[in-house]
Amino acid sequence: MNASVPILFLLALSLGFALFSIVAGSLSGPRRYNRVKLDSYECGIEPTPQPVGGGRFPVKYFLIAMLFILFDIEIVFLYPWAVAFDQLGLLGLVEMVLFIVTLAIAYVYVWRRGGLEWD
Amino acid sequence: MGIEEKLPSGVLLTSVELFAGWARKSSLWPATFGLACCAIEMMATGAGRYDLARFGMEVFRASPRQADLMIVAGRVSQKMAPVLRQIYDQMPDPKWVISMGACASSGGMFNNYAIVQGVDHVVPVDIYLPGCPPRPEMLLDAILKLHDEIQHTKLGVHRERELDELEAAALKAIPTSSMKGLLA
Repeated sequence: MNASVPILFLLALSLGFALFSIVAGSLSGPRRYNRVKLDSYECGIEPTPQPVGGGRFPVKYFLIAMLFILFDIEIVFLYPWAVAFDQLGLLGLVEMVLFIVTLAIAYVYVWRRGGLEWD
Repeated sequence: MGIEEKLPSGVLLTSVELFAGWARKSSLWPATFGLACCAIEMMATGAGRYDLARFGMEVFRASPRQADLMIVAGRVSQKMAPVLRQIYDQMPDPKWVISMGACASSGGMFNNYAIVQGVDHVVPVDIYLPGCPPRPEMLLDAILKLHDEIQHTKLGVHRERELDELEAAALKAIPTSSMKGLLA
């Protein structure tokens, strides 16, 4: 018998127990509504009022995050080329230069439109 | 869903009551509400000599969301009363309350304007435990009496019938003011 069969059996047993507990609890428990049961817990006092929707944050954080994602993925594509540079030869160079030029156009656009300004 | 509320009376409901009662009393998790000196005795009850762990109650939950039992241990001041009520409200059903000690049961020695004269002014209490402070064995006795009560709670149709019977008996009972005790 494979050594991992007891482990899988234990996994199935614990999952089954957890599911049974949740299902049995939700079927057999009383349902008495109280407004504060759905409120945040703050040691017995009314929770500090939070802004609606969790509060706004400036859009510049979002912009920087998106630009980072895009150029980081570009870098990820550059790494294999850097490692296998000599085996890829001229074709590899031409393809990668085209790739970088495409992204460089986008970069120049962002730069001139002021996307890299923080304030 | 509260499926036990909808079962018809009979042996099925009785077995569900037995099983649900046993399950509810076997791992009753207390919420910490130690306010004053009675809290020390409550801690002693949870400690090694008078063990609460043998009843599955050694975990005193800090969050009311995970607790079934609130042991109000200590005097409740007027300032603390809304906090007490909020914590009680945030506990999910089914829940029980033990008022431990004289101050929680009736205001104790503090018969003044600052202390709530009995925590039953704020939350519904199941077991009143006198003492100043009650010894750990007394708290264990109260907890075991509560376990008995939980084991024997009736559900659904049986509960409604029991409530009707209790109400009828209370309507027929002699008022306390006309009980003369040994003088009659």
